[in-house]
Amino acid sequence: METKRLPLAPAVGAGLLLVVPLVLPDWMKFIVTLAMAKFVAVLAVALFLRANLVTFGHAMFYAVGAYAVGFSVKWFGFGDVVVLLPVGALLGAGVAALVGLVIARYREVFFAMLNLAFSMMLYGVLLKLYWLTGGTDGLGVGVPTFLGYAPPREYLRDFLYYTTLGVAGIVIYVVHRFLASPLGFYLRALADNEIRIEYSGESARRVLYHTYVVSGALGGLAGVLVAFTVGHIVPEYSFWIQSGDFVFVALLGGYGSVVGPLIGSIAFEFIRTYASKYFPNEWQMALGIIMLAIILFRPGGLWAIYEALAARVGRRTSERQRA
Amino acid sequence: MRLLTTIAMDGTVFAAILFLISVGLTLVFGVLRILNVAHGGLYAFGAFTATTLAVWLLDLGANPYLTYLMLLVAAVLVGVIAGPLIERVFLQRVYGRAEAIQLLLTFSIFLILDDLIKLIWGTKPLFVSAPYTLLGEFSLSGIRYSWYQVVLIAVAIVFGGVLVWAVRGTRIGKIAVSVINDREISQAIGINVNRVYVGSFTLGAFCAALGGALIAPTIAVAPGFAVDATVLAFAVIAIGGMGNLEGAALGALIVGLLRAMAVHLLPEADLVVIYVAMIAVLVFRPQGLFGQVELRRI
Amino acid sequence: MAADRISVEIGAGELVGIVGANGSGKTTFLNLITGYLTPEAGRIFLMGQDRTGLPPRVITRLGVARSFQIPQLYTNLSVLESLLLSLAAQADKGAGFWRPLYRHPWIDEGMETLGRFGLEAYAHRPVNELPEGGRKLLDIALSFALKPNLLLMDEPTSGVSIRDKFQIMDTLIKVVQESRLTTIFVEHDMDVVQRYGRRVLAFNDGRVIADGRPEAVLADPDVRKAVLGRV
Repeated sequence: METKRLPLAPAVGAGLLLVVPLVLPDWMKFIVTLAMAKFVAVLAVALFLRANLVTFGHAMFYAVGAYAVGFSVKWFGFGDVVVLLPVGALLGAGVAALVGLVIARYREVFFAMLNLAFSMMLYGVLLKLYWLTGGTDGLGVGVPTFLGYAPPREYLRDFLYYTTLGVAGIVIYVVHRFLASPLGFYLRALADNEIRIEYSGESARRVLYHTYVVSGALGGLAGVLVAFTVGHIVPEYSFWIQSGDFVFVALLGGYGSVVGPLIGSIAFEFIRTYASKYFPNEWQMALGIIMLAIILFRPGGLWAIYEALAARVGRRTSERQRA
Repeated sequence: MRLLTTIAMDGTVFAAILFLISVGLTLVFGVLRILNVAHGGLYAFGAFTATTLAVWLLDLGANPYLTYLMLLVAAVLVGVIAGPLIERVFLQRVYGRAEAIQLLLTFSIFLILDDLIKLIWGTKPLFVSAPYTLLGEFSLSGIRYSWYQVVLIAVAIVFGGVLVWAVRGTRIGKIAVSVINDREISQAIGINVNRVYVGSFTLGAFCAALGGALIAPTIAVAPGFAVDATVLAFAVIAIGGMGNLEGAALGALIVGLLRAMAVHLLPEADLVVIYVAMIAVLVFRPQGLFGQVELRRI
Repeated sequence: MAADRISVEIGAGELVGIVGANGSGKTTFLNLITGYLTPEAGRIFLMGQDRTGLPPRVITRLGVARSFQIPQLYTNLSVLESLLLSLAAQADKGAGFWRPLYRHPWIDEGMETLGRFGLEAYAHRPVNELPEGGRKLLDIALSFALKPNLLLMDEPTSGVSIRDKFQIMDTLIKVVQESRLTTIFVEHDMDVVQRYGRRVLAFNDGRVIADGRPEAVLADPDVRKAVLGRV
């Protein structure tokens, strides 16, 4: 049922992203890298929003990925980005495989709250076991290497940028295939009619569980990327406000598409950098107001606004062609 | 033995606080079937308003016993202003929409309230100790407690009792129960469902604000207050059964006692123990201890 | 008592109607057989074995499919997508996550099935654009596409206008007879039962009070009193 949009715009967008490091200043590179990394976690949350499920706990997998990097550096002196990426994904998937055994039975409010509980438990552990995790001081990542190669300082940002871009691209492809598969459609069907799913001989719980494991991998990936980008890992990676941010970005960008969350994430990171600098006490309120506006007036988020514009442009072009 | 009494006393005080925090949340869920994430924000508003009113009163040189009245006034103010405002302007626009959206709506309101508090009261902590110290102290097993804490326990019990009676015994309560069970039939027999919704939400807001107002004298109220309270309230009502008043009481008692045990026996676990309890209950009884399972008719 | 010692034997390829007044236990019967409800006491035997307590998912995989009084549809998917999901569910390990849902053997089979039910024009339209009769047909098509050994239809014509009732039943009966599918249909409307059922069971108060050819059962005074309220 997904009609073809202007293929031009996504191509332009991808092209832009490819040249960003060549034209933009360092601090902007940093923001876009961060946005692309977090986008991977937002995509995980967006998957569940399609099934009418809110998760206030995906920061858990994000933290798992980040702390995987932190512990690897702390205990083994090993900080290789390329190797730690799949490690983070596997750990995230592993934790999700365990937690999912419990969580896949729940829906609606309970799903949201159980996710919250698990992520806050992790937060509590990360905070209190300070001799292990560094507590509020957190962990550092040292000097990142890429398959053994340690890039010179001037190029580190670029390496991180392109690595993140590559991961984001792969993730977009994988999630796109997932959503086109029977499991992906069953995920949407979860929001509609679980009774019909069960009476088809398929297990709603199984659908949710598999999605949950995939989302855990995505969260872990995002955590690894952000850990290296920011360079510092703290327990707040698992705090429920972080989960809330992921949900907000999914809503802002439009969780109905795979690319929407990316746009939302980039917008969010830029707004946040400015807003928290100039309006530290009003920043959350602005977020809240924007969310309200989206929910009440444009539930499809930024992506829906883009689609509406594209449709109008498409119509006007064809009118001009006919004239 | 001494340790046991300390844990029991601490636990009960904490349980009273938790009950006052959570009862409004479970009430709103019971009637509107929406989990109000903004609940913590209303709680914090109640605490800040109460502190400000009490301090203002004391500055005027009035009788310090009147600060108790101020606590109540603060709760009523917040409840009566914020309740209908939030419900009529925002909440009613998402009735019937996807649950995820409703949850996100209340989450946005929470974010707004949290910053509103910072804007109105600044970021420094406030406190008013008069209501707490006025009643004096006593010793139990070598630990000093304030009589105010005992009053908190008494208020929690009485308030809980009043709410239960109001729901079961009064006409308004029965009307609310009717709306909970079947909205359409209630409308068909002439019940003004909108008014029940506004009323229930306002009552829930009042309960949240009252909880905040009563706790305010025991601590220094500061931003970030709301976040902790929200998560705790969730845990309590999930354990007790969402929408169930007795469940909120039982959940509060369980969480309160567990936390007291953790604080005295295993301090590193004091944050974690609440979530472990919530997960444990939900795994074995997904609907909470007093919750009910609903099976869809097909 | 919603269901009391019901024992029914149905041969392969039979077409059986079930009648009964409201509350006589017809839908409860279906809910119990398919595992949606668990009996408070007693056991459920299906195809010779004890199936008590098995969930609908397992019963469906044993070959028993069922349609609903109120159509249970995926409101946000398209008609063809809904059908493809029924086909995807038959895979041994359940729905996969790499190969697409829209793949050729399935698309062809899906369109063919939709054609049999007269729904191929709506294939790519969202489910909630279907008219009432179409919704009922899709609900049954989704169950039919599971290639069951036994199809249970719960009031296939309820909520459908009188004009469309017979049209829909004609389509349904033609489809199940072509496939020689053993079918039980619960029905409220005596005319429909008389016209299409070869054998009729009459339910009352959770019990089967008559079992035989439609003319005989519907003429039975006990049945008439219980089901029609008059003799």
